[in-house]
Amino acid sequence: MNENLQHRIRARLLKVLHFVTLFIAMAIICVPGLWVVLNSFRPTVEIMAKPPVWIPNELNLDNYRAMFGAAGEGGVPVLQYFTNSLIISVTSTAIAILIGMAGGYAFARYRFKGKSGIFIGLMLTRAVPGVSLSLPLFIVMAKTGLIDTHLGLILVYVALNVPFTIWLIDGFFRQVPIDLAEAAEIDGCTRWQAFWRVEFPVARAGVASAGIFAFLTSWNEYALASQLTRSTFSKTMPVGLRDFTSEFTINWGGMTALAVLMIIPALILTFLVQKHLIAGLTFGGVKG
Amino acid sequence: MAQVHLRNVVKKYGAVQVVHGIDLEIQDNEFVVLVGPSGCGKSTTLRMIAGLEAISEGEVSIGDRVVNDLPPRHRNISMVFQNYALYPHMTVRENLGFSLKIAKRPQAEIDKAVDEAAQILSLADYMDRKPGALSGGQRQRVAMGRAIVRHPEVFLFDEPLSNLDAKLRTQMRTEIKKLHQKVKSTIVYVTHDQVEAMTLADRIVIMRDGHIEQVGTPLDVFETPANTFVATFIGSPPMNLLPGTVSGDRLALTDGPVVPLPPQFAGNVAEGQEIILGLRADNLMPVGHTMPMEGAYAEFDMTVNLSEPLGTETLLFGSLAGREVQAKMLSPRPVKDGERLRFQLDLTRCHLFDAKTQQSLR
Repeated sequence: MNENLQHRIRARLLKVLHFVTLFIAMAIICVPGLWVVLNSFRPTVEIMAKPPVWIPNELNLDNYRAMFGAAGEGGVPVLQYFTNSLIISVTSTAIAILIGMAGGYAFARYRFKGKSGIFIGLMLTRAVPGVSLSLPLFIVMAKTGLIDTHLGLILVYVALNVPFTIWLIDGFFRQVPIDLAEAAEIDGCTRWQAFWRVEFPVARAGVASAGIFAFLTSWNEYALASQLTRSTFSKTMPVGLRDFTSEFTINWGGMTALAVLMIIPALILTFLVQKHLIAGLTFGGVKG
Repeated sequence: MAQVHLRNVVKKYGAVQVVHGIDLEIQDNEFVVLVGPSGCGKSTTLRMIAGLEAISEGEVSIGDRVVNDLPPRHRNISMVFQNYALYPHMTVRENLGFSLKIAKRPQAEIDKAVDEAAQILSLADYMDRKPGALSGGQRQRVAMGRAIVRHPEVFLFDEPLSNLDAKLRTQMRTEIKKLHQKVKSTIVYVTHDQVEAMTLADRIVIMRDGHIEQVGTPLDVFETPANTFVATFIGSPPMNLLPGTVSGDRLALTDGPVVPLPPQFAGNVAEGQEIILGLRADNLMPVGHTMPMEGAYAEFDMTVNLSEPLGTETLLFGSLAGREVQAKMLSPRPVKDGERLRFQLDLTRCHLFDAKTQQSLR
């Protein structure tokens, strides 16, 4: 056979294989999410059916209607949970980003005693499984009266997120050439102005991605929140999901409906910030 | 305007000292080039003038003010960086006007100064682009524009052309020189390229290992190098250095020919003194292919190992006394490798250095 033809066939086969593999991988990633969305729109009978019903016979908003309805009819305080989640996630993200920026900048720009030790220490805290902290945290929070408060969870999430935001933001500031800040200082800036007018805008992509990460961690966290919150006053949405389980039954429809409500803000945020993530990476002020 | 004075300036990083007490007076409107191999402390010296590095000892003054502890923004200087350091998130216009905006000047004044700088550097067509969308030469011009809008007392250039390709470098070199004619100002310029130093400078400062080796006009340092380092660093190809001994009114080159002692050094050497004879390729040429030699000259034979035709002249690589020696051939004819030629050596343009101190014996 012609040698060129052989190579062409092989290239085409490889391409097909490539697509098939990609499809399988995407299916594995996407199906559970799609299943959640789908289940939120259909009756329990269909959700529980065996073998599973892939193509729904009937789609309706009953689960959503019930969730927002009265307490006796399967309703849960969705708005209160949403507000709690929002307050806790936004506040803890803002604080984690501020600390992360200060810390990341310090690690990227300054030399000081014990720098690598502190850095490794920070990273090691990430190695501790979150759940193992739940009992000690519970005791501390109980003693300080921070159980079942927004502040308690905010503190925990800040502590959880700071090492990662520092690490991420440090990496981005390292990519900003020191020359830029020096040029700004020669152009008349104070150290502080040079940071805010030059270095920060150039590294904002990194700050944004650290922000998304911190927000999603706080928004989705379940294990610690389930220990440290008691009442409607402080329960976050992931904890609220448990309202759909009772002694003998699980209201899958209601649970998936609340899950969809949880996913939406996270998706919106990611889309909003995504533009920054890409736009911020247009370096070019320096040769390279 | 401003002169720059460095008095016994020292830079230490912990126990390591990289600049060893430099004294330098730069006059108003003077174009001074600091040149030397990498690691010689020239950039550090520049950054101490800029205020980007703390001064460990000594004193730096700009104009009448001692600026040792002033931050860069109070020194009234501008700097062009090796990698340009343009602000990537701002357009060319914003980059140029940034310093005036920080100084809270009225917008009309900023626009006027920016347009003027854009005019001088022909940047008008790119004003709304970001640095990422510019070529290397354009970025370089924006960096210079950013420096001139402020009308600083002193311009500092830190190897500004080293990231450009050879052709653009020559072009920008000319533009910098023109810029200096237009915008009368004191310029301190750092480079490792001796050609840049020669072509741009009013005065060259040659540095090595944190010391100044020689200060002088380009012709001074070329014609009368203070030591063997300057002799080999300035000029291309580098000066040939041949060891030898003084014997009466002659020089016996080690393992090589004996030549007359260059007359201009006659009173400065002692019998039996170990010396180094320095001669440039321009003063060592095959008989029949030389410049007219007015004063004393010597002749000897040398085998040519390699030749590099350059058009108007040919560079010849021979070996003399076991050392590679470069010579030039004017109005060249083809030379075969291994051909033995008779060379003429222009004694009046030779240099003599003491073998121990490496200093010139002039």
